[in-house]
Amino acid sequence: MLKIAKYTVYDIARNKIILSYAIFLLVISLSLFMLDNDPSRSLSSLMSVMLIVIPLVGIIFSTIFIYNNSEFIELLVAQPVKRSYILLADYLGVAGSLSLAYLIGMALPVTIYAPGTTGLYLIVTGIALTFIFTSIAFFCAVISRDKARGIGMALLLWFFFSVVYDGLLMGFLFLFNDYPLEKPVLFFTMFNPIDLARITVMMKMDIAALMGYTGAVYRDFFGTSIGMVFTLILLAIWAVIPLIIAVQIFRKKDL
Amino acid sequence: MKPAMLYKLVILIGILITGVADAAAHTIIVHPSLKVKNISQALQQAHNGDTILVKQGRYAVANLGIDKSVTLLGEGYPVLDGQMKGDVLIVNVNHVIIKGFHICNTNKGSLRNYAGIRCESVKNIIIENNRFNNTLFPVYLPKTSHSVVRNNVINGSSHENTTAMESGSGIYLWYASDILVDGNSVSGQRDGIYFEFSNGCTVSNNRCKNNYRYGLHFMFSDSNTYIKNIFSDNGAGVAVMYSGHIIMLQNRFEYNWGPAAYGLLLKEINDSRISDNIFGHNTTGIYMESCSRNQFSGNNFNMNGWALNILSDCTGNRFDHNNFTGNTFDVSTNGSPEQNSFDANYWDKYAGYDLNKDGIGDIPYYPVSLYSKIVENIPYAITLFRSFVVSLLDKAERAIPSLIPVSVIDHHPLMQQYRKS
Repeated sequence: MLKIAKYTVYDIARNKIILSYAIFLLVISLSLFMLDNDPSRSLSSLMSVMLIVIPLVGIIFSTIFIYNNSEFIELLVAQPVKRSYILLADYLGVAGSLSLAYLIGMALPVTIYAPGTTGLYLIVTGIALTFIFTSIAFFCAVISRDKARGIGMALLLWFFFSVVYDGLLMGFLFLFNDYPLEKPVLFFTMFNPIDLARITVMMKMDIAALMGYTGAVYRDFFGTSIGMVFTLILLAIWAVIPLIIAVQIFRKKDL
Repeated sequence: MKPAMLYKLVILIGILITGVADAAAHTIIVHPSLKVKNISQALQQAHNGDTILVKQGRYAVANLGIDKSVTLLGEGYPVLDGQMKGDVLIVNVNHVIIKGFHICNTNKGSLRNYAGIRCESVKNIIIENNRFNNTLFPVYLPKTSHSVVRNNVINGSSHENTTAMESGSGIYLWYASDILVDGNSVSGQRDGIYFEFSNGCTVSNNRCKNNYRYGLHFMFSDSNTYIKNIFSDNGAGVAVMYSGHIIMLQNRFEYNWGPAAYGLLLKEINDSRISDNIFGHNTTGIYMESCSRNQFSGNNFNMNGWALNILSDCTGNRFDHNNFTGNTFDVSTNGSPEQNSFDANYWDKYAGYDLNKDGIGDIPYYPVSLYSKIVENIPYAITLFRSFVVSLLDKAERAIPSLIPVSVIDHHPLMQQYRKS
């Protein structure tokens, strides 16, 4: 299994896209840190970039990779290797190399320019998002045979999680403004990994604002160490479940 | 010979005067091992103008009235223990100096304002370099004027689980005037410094930290000056109300966190000047309600949740040359406050340009973001802050303002942070 993962990483390293992704992140982070002499401001801009770019690149790159790699996968299926191992190995290879690119492109500048808990939270959630959206991408790629449909679905899911979901949530807040909403909102944020990641970092970044009004509820939940562990578990579940479904489908799939 | 005679006469008169002066200013030394064992004994012997020097030790003192204009000096911080029996010292005459004591254990409860030092209806009192511990109202000055409270260290209740209602104000002025409150440090009280109906006072260089309610609180107290004080980590920050002609310079309002905590809460404060202060790390930096004709300039708002919350019943306030950096929201408001001016402030969220390089942005800045309006109406929406949708909404609104109050606008935003030259 590790052998397949290794070959996947080699394959990815050859096609330069991951390298340009790392350089792109590096340029953005460095320019943000150099343009602004207040690292906390750069961190907040970096967070906005991270929340958009990482899921997008993660999901698109992974989906395309699987479709382009389908012949290699078919070849491997012919070998005496378990099907689930093939997919898991591919997953590890893709998610691993994307995380590596992220570590070089964003985590490195953050640790240099803005070391501290906020930066650490940013790095950890970034890696979590990479793994989650690679997992979702695998789910999309396995579910449909048609490349265009698969990529379309991946894009749609990305758009749903980063824009539509929050829009719907805001609409919900407008509609039910008169009711006590802290618990429902807390509940709904769990169904969007991007929201989870955002709130986790925000717990450190906008602590002053979150102490006010209703923020106390979120602080009591996300701000404690138990809340932190809970968030990490939730993020892990988000990475694991689509992958398990993908593996299940892939095992029975007629290639 | 006549000049010589005159010379001798002058010397004689001189000796006489110094002799009389000597006789008038005795020093009485108090110590349990000496003839004068306690302060009340010393007070019986003393005349106006005498000095009572209290040596180190522990003295049981409760409800001790000071009826002579004396100087009470403590050496090595002698402890005046009120034994929870009422007040400790009660000053009833003018011209009293109390210096260098450790005063502790007044009575508790809400029946009376039990005080460490109570000065009622007197003048020219100096309370200096004392320590207060476990006193309900450490320094209580009702109807007192022309006095000084300086360099005292006040620590509230030593008991845990004390609530705001079970403790009193650190330095409490009631119908007082012309008092200098300088260099004191107050913690663990209900309010650090509390003024009611007190005018013409100066409050400077004090540190009020970790008080249960407010660091500074005043009502109906006009024409007071507050300079270089530090108010931090108080339960509800600083709240000042119903006063006018206040001057606040170079104070620090910091780390007041919570849904009802404000760096500085202003309610019906008029014609005042608030300049060169630092508001940092508060949930709300300044909260303003029904305030008119105040000037805010040269203040630094840094890392607050809401730098400025200005309600729409405020009019005629001017904000210029303030720096807004790292705040989650710069300005929020519940409506459309009219006739307040924002001019030449530095906003770190300003995204405009300066083509002619005069240091002033060429397009105006709207400090109220759409999202701060939304959060004002739907507090729960704070969860969606920094979401992509929210950024989109804010950008769209900035481009074509339709919902945010156009009355809150800075026509000349600074490109660089303002630094006082």
